[in-house]
Amino acid sequence: MGSTVETAVRPPSYSGPVEWLRRNLVGTWYDTLLTLLSLWFVFVALRGLFAWAFFSANWEPVTGSLKLFALGQYPQEDMWRPGMIVLTVSFLMGVSWRVWGGTVRTFALALAVALGVVAALPVEMRLPLRLWFVANPALVGLGYLVGWSRVVRSRWVLLGWILSFVATIILLNGFKGVSWLPKVDTAMWGGLLLTFLLALVGIVASFPIGVLLALGRRSSLPVVKVFCVLFIELVRGVPLVTILFMGSIILPLFLPDGVRIDRVLRAMMAMTLFAAAYMAENVRGGLQAIPLGQVEAAKAVGLNGLQTMALIVLPQALRAVIPAIVGQFIALFMDTTLAVIIGLVELLGVGKAILNSKPEWLLLDTEVYVFIAALFWVFTYSMSYASRRLEAALGVGER
Amino acid sequence: MPDETRDQDIIICRDVHKWFGDFQALCGISVTIKRGEVVVICGPSGSGKSTFIRTINRLEEHQRGDIIVDGIELTNDIRNIAAIRQEIGMVFQQFNLFPHLTVMNNISLAPIWVRKWPKPKAEEITMQLLERVGIPEQAHKYPGQLSGGQQQRVAIARALAMQPKIMLFDEPTSALDPEMIKEVLDVMVELAQSGITMIVVTHEMGFAREVANRIIFFDFGLIVEQNTPELFFESPEHDRTKLFLSQIL
Ligand SMILES: Nc1ncnc2c1ncn2[C@@H]1O[C@H](COP(=O)(O)OP(=O)(O)O)[C@@H](O)[C@H]1O
Ligand SMILES: [Mg+2]
Repeated sequence: MGSTVETAVRPPSYSGPVEWLRRNLVGTWYDTLLTLLSLWFVFVALRGLFAWAFFSANWEPVTGSLKLFALGQYPQEDMWRPGMIVLTVSFLMGVSWRVWGGTVRTFALALAVALGVVAALPVEMRLPLRLWFVANPALVGLGYLVGWSRVVRSRWVLLGWILSFVATIILLNGFKGVSWLPKVDTAMWGGLLLTFLLALVGIVASFPIGVLLALGRRSSLPVVKVFCVLFIELVRGVPLVTILFMGSIILPLFLPDGVRIDRVLRAMMAMTLFAAAYMAENVRGGLQAIPLGQVEAAKAVGLNGLQTMALIVLPQALRAVIPAIVGQFIALFMDTTLAVIIGLVELLGVGKAILNSKPEWLLLDTEVYVFIAALFWVFTYSMSYASRRLEAALGVGER
Repeated sequence: MPDETRDQDIIICRDVHKWFGDFQALCGISVTIKRGEVVVICGPSGSGKSTFIRTINRLEEHQRGDIIVDGIELTNDIRNIAAIRQEIGMVFQQFNLFPHLTVMNNISLAPIWVRKWPKPKAEEITMQLLERVGIPEQAHKYPGQLSGGQQQRVAIARALAMQPKIMLFDEPTSALDPEMIKEVLDVMVELAQSGITMIVVTHEMGFAREVANRIIFFDFGLIVEQNTPELFFESPEHDRTKLFLSQIL
C-alpha cells in the first residue's frame, strides 16, 4: 500500500432482465443449445398437461366436494369452529408480519391474497361463507395494524400462537354435554383439517421429545441412556405403518376393558413417537458438532449444566440442523397420508371416499389425486421455502 | 489454617497429580500464589501447563493432592466447584466466544444468569468493560464479525464480567496474527497493574519481564524452577531451562 493509492473504479456490474438472459441463457453456443432443448422439452411436457387439465379433465369431484376436502365429515352446523380458527390464524399472521417481518410477510400476504381471491370468485357461494373469505384478509390487515403498537412484543406473539394451538384442539373437540360447544367425535374430523392436525401435533410434540431423547442419549446416567438408545433404535427400525397399526390394533388389546384411547389421538401418538426418534438423531448430529471449547467457556464463566445446555449448546446445535429438522417435518406432513390405512379420513382418505361416493366418479381418480398432490406440494414447498429463509436469517454456515 | 495465611495465599496447590488414562500429565505440583500476584508459566509444549491451570477451575479433575482457592477446597462437591468458578475468570487460546450471541450478550450472560443481576445493570457493566478493553463500538456485533485481537479482548471482558478475583490465561496470544498480539497484551498489562491475581501461560517473554512477579518453568508435568523475571532470565539454574530459553529468546 503506497501513499499514492488511486481509488480504483469498480467495474460496472450490469443488471436487468436482458443482461440476465444474455448471460445465463445464451452465453455461449452450447448454452443456447441447452436452453432451446430445455424449452422444447418443457413445452412438450406441459402441453400435454395443460391440454388435459383444461380440456379433457373433469374436475367435478373436486369442485363439488371442497367442503369434504377441507373438513371431512365435520358437522355442517359446527363449521364455525374451524372457521374461527382460520380467522385467528389470519389475525396472528398479520401481527407476526409486523413484529417478525421477513418471511412471515410473504406468508401473510399469500394467505390474504389467496383467500381474498376466493372471496371475489364469481361462483355460487352462501353469503356467510363469502363474508368469511373477506374477513380473513381484513384480519391479516388488522393484525398488522395491531402489531404496530409498542405493547406487542415478540414473546407475546409466540405466546399467542401457542395459546391458539391449544384453543384449536379444545374448540374442535368441544365438550360432552355443553350445548353451545358439543363434542364432535374425532371420527368426523377429516380432510385438510385432519392432515394439518396430525402433522402439527406430530411436529409440535415430537420436537421437545426428540430433543430430550437426544440429550438423554448422551446422559451419564446409564438407565436414562439405555432407555433413550433403546427407544430411538427400536422406533427407527420399524416402519411408520407398523407403528400406526400397533397403535390402532394392538395397543387396545393391552389396555384394560373400558379404557379407550381415541383413534385420532392414537394416530397422533404414533406419529409423534415415530418423529421424535428421528428428531433425536438429527439433534444428536447437531450436538456433536458443538466444539468442546464452548462447554468449557460456559463452565468457566460459572454457568451450571442446565444453563450451559439451554443457553449455549442447544441453540447452536438446533441452528445447525434446521435444514434436517424441516426436511423431517416435511416428511412427517406427507406421512400423515399413511393414517388412511388405519381408517382415518385425512386428505387421501377423503379422496378415496369421494371417488367411491358416485359410480360416475369412480374413473376420475387422476383428477382427484392430482388435486391432492398439488395441495401437498403447495404446503411442503412453503415449508422448505420458509426453512431456507430461516437458515439465511439465522446465518447458518456463516460463522 | 490460620487466618492470615488464608488472606495472603489465594491459591494453594499441594502435590497435585493428574493422569489421562495411563499417561501422567502432572507429577506432583506444589505451588502457592499470593493475592495480587502475577505469575507467568512457560515450558515446552506438552509439559502440562494447560492441564495445570485447567485443574484450578476444575475443567480438568486432579486425582491426587489438594487445591485450595481463596479458602475453598476443590472437591467433587458441586457447590464448591461452582463457588470457585465464580471467583476465577478464564481466557482461552481459541477465544471460545459464543458465536450465536452478540458481544454484549456474550459478556452479560453470566452476570445475568449466575450473579442474577438485572439486565440493565449487567449491560451497563458490559459497556464499562468494553471501554476498558477498547472496543465499545463493537457491542452489538457477533464474534464472527470481529478480528482475532478484538475477539480475544471480548473474551477477556467476558471473564472480567463476573468480577473474578483470579484470572487464568492459557496462551491468549498464540492464535493471533502478529499485528494483533500487542493490543491483547496491552489489555493484559493494564489488568496486571490493576492488582488482580493472574496466572498466564504464555511465551511472550516481554510481557513476563514487564509485569510478572514470578516465572514458573514446567517440564514433564513438574515445576523445574521458579524465580523472579530478572533472575529467571539472567541466571537460570537448570539445563532444561537454559535450553528452553535459548530456543525461545
Ligand atoms: N484430554 C486429554 N487426554 C489425553 N491426554 C491429554 C489430554 N489433554 C492433554 N493431554 C496430554 O497431557 C500432556 C500435557 O498437555 P497440556 O497440559 O495441554 O500441555 P501444554 O499446555 O503444556 O502444551 C500432553 O502430553 C497432552 O498430550
Ligand atoms: Mg497448552
